[in-house]
Amino acid sequence: MLKITNLHANVGDKPILKGLTLSINAGEIHAIMGPNGAGKSTLGYVLSGRPGYEITEGEVTFNGQNLLDLEPHERAAAGLFLGFQYPVEIPGVSNVQFLREALNAQRKYRSDTPLSGAEFLKVAREQAGALSMDMDMLKRPVNVGFSGGEKKRNEMVQMGIIDPALAILDETDSGLDIDALRTVGDGINRIMRKPDKAVLLITHYQRLLDYVKPDFVHVLADGRITRSGGPELALELERDGYKELAV
Amino acid sequence: MTMPAPTRHDEAWRYSDIAAVEAAWPLPAPESIIVPAGGNFARTIVQDNGAIHQLNIAIGKGATAAIYILNIGGDFGRVDLNVTLHEGADFKLGAVQIGSNAQTLEIITTVTHVEPNATSSQIVRSVLAGTSTGSYLGKVSVARDAQLTDSVQSVKAMLLDRSATANAKPELEIYADDVKCAHGCAIGELDPMGLFYLQARGLAPADAKKLMLQAFVAGVFEGAADEEMLIEAALKKLGELV
Repeated sequence: MLKITNLHANVGDKPILKGLTLSINAGEIHAIMGPNGAGKSTLGYVLSGRPGYEITEGEVTFNGQNLLDLEPHERAAAGLFLGFQYPVEIPGVSNVQFLREALNAQRKYRSDTPLSGAEFLKVAREQAGALSMDMDMLKRPVNVGFSGGEKKRNEMVQMGIIDPALAILDETDSGLDIDALRTVGDGINRIMRKPDKAVLLITHYQRLLDYVKPDFVHVLADGRITRSGGPELALELERDGYKELAV
Repeated sequence: MTMPAPTRHDEAWRYSDIAAVEAAWPLPAPESIIVPAGGNFARTIVQDNGAIHQLNIAIGKGATAAIYILNIGGDFGRVDLNVTLHEGADFKLGAVQIGSNAQTLEIITTVTHVEPNATSSQIVRSVLAGTSTGSYLGKVSVARDAQLTDSVQSVKAMLLDRSATANAKPELEIYADDVKCAHGCAIGELDPMGLFYLQARGLAPADAKKLMLQAFVAGVFEGAADEEMLIEAALKKLGELV
């Protein structure tokens, strides 16, 4: 589904990704762990097309399509979802209005029929309910006045509504208490643990992986994958730290 | 006797399109509106053809006046309000100006509290693209006798291009000692992270911008009898900008 080959990327003049190679197939959940500054968030931003990141070498294909040629909204319509580490507050724009417009823009791009207001609200209500989020919060301006945990939960509600093929979740577990972590973990499994979907979890900690069992764990250090393994690698990292393992 | 046309040295015209002003000179006398004691007055002004509007509004004891302005059209559009509040009167202004290309748009308000207990609230939002210029000159005067005046002024401008210009000049002149006058003024540009967030969820760049600009001007027309028409006209113009 996603094939990253020898990816190099700069922020300004500074190289951050230095030859990253990674393949993710449908039905798989991959976790990327690594120390601060290794390039984890950069990877998420580069894959979703945030301006300001310059790709200097390498290629990325998503279902056979050259991902790097697409605009951010085209990548979204192609089925890629980025769960933000710091979901952005947008005063004055209601969650429901924004999500309905976003979903229908994606559907239009894929030549699907748009959802009516009633159809959309039904989907939104289901997803909010499944993540124990009050429907009133969905009517409020996007992330404004939300706590850290509520913002992350809102990301998952958005993911449920948009129903992407590939989710890149950037530290979705940070800022969550134990109960919220379980709710979010259950949400990821329910929405994304399917044979035709895949997940790339970017995380610092093993604890999310207790709820969302990865098929593969990778260590990202200094801009490239330095080690890959099964779920046991995450436990090893938790025990020994990155210093011991990063090659 | 005709007054000579103003020049840039006249404070109230310093950001104006002077050539356009000269062409329109002499201006007809300002429209005079007197709201009698206890009365309620509301007016919507859609400036969409490059006109100069001048209104003098005297709001009587306990009366209210609400003015809604959408300043969007022509090479030069100007709305100039001169408002006098008597005891316990209330004045409300909700104004949006949206400029593109080389348009010069401006709103000038002089709000004078001459008697006690009156309230005034002014919200002005400007969205400016291209090489347009949008100005707001807003003066609030509180006379010595106008104790317990409560006046609020909120002025924000959004620049969509580096080549656009926003001028804002909030001004307070207070002679009474027991009053509340709040004012805020900000000039900025669209938050790039917000735009990226919206695009990452599937909105095309123009739609993402439009949604954020819509949020920026939302609420200004709240309470207007023709709120829907105003919002629709504002969105139409915003759609041309992004």
